Parts: sequence; C-alpha cells; structure tokens
Amino acid sequence: MDLLLSILLIVGKSLLLITLGLTAIAYYLLADRKIWAAVMLRKGPNVVGPWGIWQSFADMIKFMVKEPIIPDGANKGVFILAPLVTAALALSAWAVIPFSDGWAIADLNVGVLYIFAISSLGVYGIIMAGWASNSKYPFLSALRSAAQMVSYEVSIGFVIITVLLCAGSLNLNDIVKAQDTPYGILGWYWLPLFPMFVIFFISALAETNRPPFDLVEAESELVAGFMVEYSSAPYLLFMLGEYVAIITMCALLVILFCGGWLPPANIWPLTEVPGVVWFVLKLTWFFFLFAMVKAFVPRYRYDQLMRLGWKVFLPMSLVAVIVVAAVLEIAGVAAK
Amino acid sequence: MSAATVFFYLFSFVTIASAAMVISGRNPVHSVLFLILAFVSAAGLFVLAGAEFLAMLLVVVYVGAVMVLFLFVVMMLDVDFAELQKSIRRHLPLGGLIGAIVLAELVLVVGAWQVAPQAALGTPTPGNLSNTAALGQVLYTQYVYLFQAAGFVLLTAMIGAIVLTLHHRPNVKRQNISAQNARTRATAIENKQVPSRTGVPVP
Repeated sequence: MDLLLSILLIVGKSLLLITLGLTAIAYYLLADRKIWAAVMLRKGPNVVGPWGIWQSFADMIKFMVKEPIIPDGANKGVFILAPLVTAALALSAWAVIPFSDGWAIADLNVGVLYIFAISSLGVYGIIMAGWASNSKYPFLSALRSAAQMVSYEVSIGFVIITVLLCAGSLNLNDIVKAQDTPYGILGWYWLPLFPMFVIFFISALAETNRPPFDLVEAESELVAGFMVEYSSAPYLLFMLGEYVAIITMCALLVILFCGGWLPPANIWPLTEVPGVVWFVLKLTWFFFLFAMVKAFVPRYRYDQLMRLGWKVFLPMSLVAVIVVAAVLEIAGVAAK
Repeated sequence: MSAATVFFYLFSFVTIASAAMVISGRNPVHSVLFLILAFVSAAGLFVLAGAEFLAMLLVVVYVGAVMVLFLFVVMMLDVDFAELQKSIRRHLPLGGLIGAIVLAELVLVVGAWQVAPQAALGTPTPGNLSNTAALGQVLYTQYVYLFQAAGFVLLTAMIGAIVLTLHHRPNVKRQNISAQNARTRATAIENKQVPSRTGVPVP
C-alpha cells in the first residue's frame, strides 16, 4: 500500500511538473521570438490573442493535426524513435532540479552527474534522426552534432568539477546551500569562478545547438539539418526537446553559479519572497541572455567552433581545475 | 515483491535481451543502438545496487562519449551485412569452440570463487559517507599511484593515436589565429595611387 502511495505521489509530482513546465515552455518560446523580433525592430507574433500570447498553442495545434510524413527510404523504427528520445531525455533531466529548498522530484546524491549524463545523451536523438532520414543534409547534420556535442561536453565537465570542488557535493540541493553566505549575490560562485561561468555559458549554447553554434541546423547550408524530413508531431517533439534542453541549461547555470533559490541579499523584504520565485526569475534572466545571443551573434564557422572548444575552453578549464583545487587546499577551505 | 526486485528483473531482462539483439541484429546501426540500451539498463542495475556514481559514469563515459563515436564510425562505414553473415556461418565451428572454452573457464572460475571474508561484513561504504566520497577517498589515498599509472597509460595511448593519424601535408593552407588577430589597419591596408591606363602591378 505504501509502495502504491509513493508511486502515485511520484507520478502526481511528475505530471504537475510536466504540465507547468510545458506551459512555461510555450511562453519561453514566445518570449524567444518576441526578443528576437524586438532586436530586429519587428513586432514578432502578434496576431493570435493579445500580443500573440496564444501563438505557441496555435502552433502546437497546427503541428498536431498535420499529417506526419515518413520518407520512403527511411528506417521507420529509428525515424519515429528519434524525436521521442530527444523529448523524453530533455524532460527527464528536470527530475533532479531543485526549484526551492528540497523541491525536487528526486533528490539524487549525484544530481549534477545525472544532468550531465542526460545532456550528453541528447545527441542520440539528433544522430538517430540524421541517420534514419536516409537523406544527405540530415546525415551531415548528425555528423556535425556528434563532433560538436562531444567536444563541448569535455569543457562543461571540467567547469562542473571546479564548482564541485568549491561546494564539496554532487547534490544540486547541497551545491545551492554551499552558496548561502552572508554576502548574498557576492557569495555565489559566479564571482570567484567568473571565467568558468563564462565558459559554461558559451558551452551551454554549443551543447544545446543554439546560435551562434547552431551548425547542426544551419539553414543556409543544411536547410534545417536533422529535422529536414520531419513534419507534424515528431517535429513538434524535436522543438520541444530542444527548448526544454535550453531551459535545463539555464537552470544548471542558476544552480551552479547563481545560488539557485537564494535571494540576492539577505535583507528583510527579499528574504520573504519564496525561493521558487527567485529561481524562476534567474532562469528567465538566463533565457533572456540566450535569446539575446541568438539575436545578435553571427553563426560560427565549423573549424572555429572546434578550435574554440578544444584549443581555448579545454586548456582553460583544465588549468582552472588545478588552480581552484590548489587555492582551496592552500587556503584550507577544501570541502571535507 | 518490492519495487527494487521488480526493477532488478526488468533491467536484467532488458540488458540480456538487448545484448542478444546486438549480435543477432541485421543492421549494424541497430546493433549499436541495442548496445546503448544494454549500457543504460546496466547503469540502472548499478543504481539498484547502490552504486549511483558508477552508474552515472557508465552513462557519461560509455553511452555519452564512446558509443557516440562508435555510432559515428558505424554509420560512416558501408558494411555489407549479407556478406558478413555468410562468413559468420563459415567461421561458426571455430568461433563456437572458442566460445565454449571461454564459457567453461568462466564457469570454473565463478564456481571456485570465494568471496573475501571482509567483503561479506556490512556495507562497502564506510560510515555515513556517500558512495562518491567513499570511492574518491580510496582512489586518491590507497590506490593513488595505480590510479595515476592508469592515467599515464591512457595518455600514452592517446598520444600514440594522435601520432599515428597526424600527417603534416604540404600545400595545405592553415589559419594562424594570433597572426590574424594581430593585424591592424596599418599592416593590412595599403593605399596606392593608381595611374590611369597603366595600373599597378599586383604583388
């Protein structure tokens, strides 16, 4: 009976998170388009509902009622599986994200590693789609994405290690608590680890295939990359998975470097605000930064992308791991 | 039957079934995908055994990096599987013999296996340490030299692979990023008076 109750509780929590999450995604998507449009002095979506607030839902209905087309030469099973893998993996990362103190579906001891593992699996959706489509452009896109994701994962891994050295735990909840100092915003890890913060931000863009690193779906060369042959609901799942992965990376930035649910200063009116509000505010700020980068940074060339990952970020983050470890050891504040 | 037992049998079944599919699949890409599934369900078994750090490492290292490159290579190679299946039938007696010998050896080893008496006592993780911290304490204290030696072996292998594949071909244009960034207006642009009808020689 207890077992059944706990399973029901987990299912209920997951459903609640997915419902709220997907509604939020609809508006993050709209915000992305609005910000992009504003930078280009356009209005963006403004027809469906006031200020276009129903645009994402209209798009969703459109995608769902269209006919899904499976190309003749495609490998059917893998073709259908690819968008499902992308969306399911992207959503499953949210099981360990703490929205406020202890507000996570699964309070894993190895939460950071879990998210790292899930985000490194995200590449499979793209590779499978690229291969199963049996078409040139998706295949080229799949090859690019495999190389790109593997390259940037390495530097992300080292950046995470520097944060773990400071926090002394792999648990996301404990990492946020380790940033709870009397100095408020100045005690969060973005300040002492500022170069790592920047590297993580840029690597997160590359890991989620956002511009300026969207070579996977570079429309000027590859039409739409791995999504060329997809239509209707499978395409919707790809878009969903992509945006959920972006929000996950924003959440990871908030948790690792910007004190998760902590208020920016430990003074009275700010400490009364519920933690989840701070979390969502910070998340939205990082999403805004992602959208701005998309709006005004031109796309990288492929060899530049590889050079940045292997010759700039990897040595920098590797040296940073040694420096951070040495400083913590010499200062005697190493986490026990 | 507890939830852990149910999940143990689920993961075990999926691991073994997908391992069987790896060798019986006709399409090499499907085989690799089944191998990935086998790794992921093995990671699930690790979690059930309380080794969550090893489980995540298995997923990050094998599934997230090694198998991606594996899939990369298999997709690029155009393997003729009908041909391969024919040669499998030809080599079946020899392969079967080797398989039988290995199986027999495994049975002998596992049958005579004695669990060390200390290992049977209590949990392998001391005190209230988490799995990860316990692993780290053993790796970086008691076995630090072995750990470093393993690292050096990997480094040597990596350098060897780079040396084997790196060719410095002549006549290949290469970018020199620092030289590009060091260019200024003074070094990059030269104004010339071009006389009409004669022009200037292009360097």
